[in-house]
Amino acid sequence: MNENMTPAIEVRNLVKSYKDVEALDDITLSLAANRIYGLLGRNGAGKTTLMSILTGQGYATSGQALIFGTNPYEHDETLSRICFIRESQRYPDDFTATQAFKAAAMFFKNWDHELAQRLCTEFALPLKRRIKKLSRGQLSAVGVVIGMASRAEITFFDEPYLGLDAVARQIFYDRLIEDYAQHPRTIVLSSHLIDEIANLLEHVVVIDKGKIMLDEDAETLRGSAVAVMGNAQKVADFIDGYEVLHRDALGSLAAVTIKARLTETQRQMAAELGLELSAVPLQQLVVRTTLAEATKETTPDSLEALK
Amino acid sequence: MSVIDDSRPIFLQIAELIENDIVSGEIREESQVPSTNEFAAYHRINPATAAKGVNLLVESGILYKKRGIGMFVSTGARAQLLATRRKEFQHQYIAPLAREARKLGITGAELTVMITQSLSTEEPEGRGIR
Repeated sequence: MNENMTPAIEVRNLVKSYKDVEALDDITLSLAANRIYGLLGRNGAGKTTLMSILTGQGYATSGQALIFGTNPYEHDETLSRICFIRESQRYPDDFTATQAFKAAAMFFKNWDHELAQRLCTEFALPLKRRIKKLSRGQLSAVGVVIGMASRAEITFFDEPYLGLDAVARQIFYDRLIEDYAQHPRTIVLSSHLIDEIANLLEHVVVIDKGKIMLDEDAETLRGSAVAVMGNAQKVADFIDGYEVLHRDALGSLAAVTIKARLTETQRQMAAELGLELSAVPLQQLVVRTTLAEATKETTPDSLEALK
Repeated sequence: MSVIDDSRPIFLQIAELIENDIVSGEIREESQVPSTNEFAAYHRINPATAAKGVNLLVESGILYKKRGIGMFVSTGARAQLLATRRKEFQHQYIAPLAREARKLGITGAELTVMITQSLSTEEPEGRGIR
């Protein structure tokens, strides 16, 4: 992998305004090729808007969105390198799954028929039934099969799992790791089920209210925050000087999440003070970061008040 | 349940799992370790992260690459790991043990008896990664 190559996705000062909202508010991002990205955030944060612009299905109010250095909007050659599986992907009304796969195979030059067949078997997908007669989960499975078998250079999965049960989702994640290992490409996973996909991600981008809240390697994030629990006064002394992401109090007890990578000495000190330390999973970190930033912006005093 | 937790970078945990298996004798010196893709699939983690963990051990001389074949455990890797772990033992295990003993009012003599007992009854650990 050459780090000097053109980024797979490059976004500069991207703005998308609707009448009274900024769906994307000055977003700048650069995503290198051949990695698995997590695009995380709450409903309405701007994830789908961003992916729509990146896949040429929408246009920006201002700013630039480039795919391998090219604006994808109405640019067929670039569009043929991208696969976008939407949360509620639509297919022609009378299509069967087999017909949808045939259409995809004509569009995507790297289409892998065997992979598609294997996934269909694993998802127990009825191939001859019309897609509009499929269950919600089966419909999602059709999207997952197309997204995987297309082997597009960039694949966007926007909440692809609606209606898929835990077993089917695990099949998706497992096959994704396997196939990505054999055929590295750029994958952007947008998901609410952060815990489920956390370990698959190499890099995490969190958006909230159209702004980038976090743009960091997953491994850097892991262990970058710690929850400290115990006697409120001792906790307060221990966390003094650290950025606080979250506080909970119960009588004389406190649980505070701080942004810190503790040294072994600090851990021992905590143990001697009778404080419990616990790891903060990525999902918690995303929630805490998003909420902490939101609080900071709307009411700058509210965090002070908590101290 | 996964053996990977959220407290530390995954690549460090992967490196540690391989080290554990070398220390316990689960993987012998000069034998082949699973490929990074196999580690990734088994632990359900990003292949790049698995590769980073394996590379860490290559850098420290625990593993070495045979071109086109895979990764192997170096001769002397176990002794090297044992030496490092012995150095960390006091710090990692004895210090917290002493702290808890003090908290519970367990005396040095009592602790010695308990440790002697445990040493003679506990099964040696032999948990593998696969």
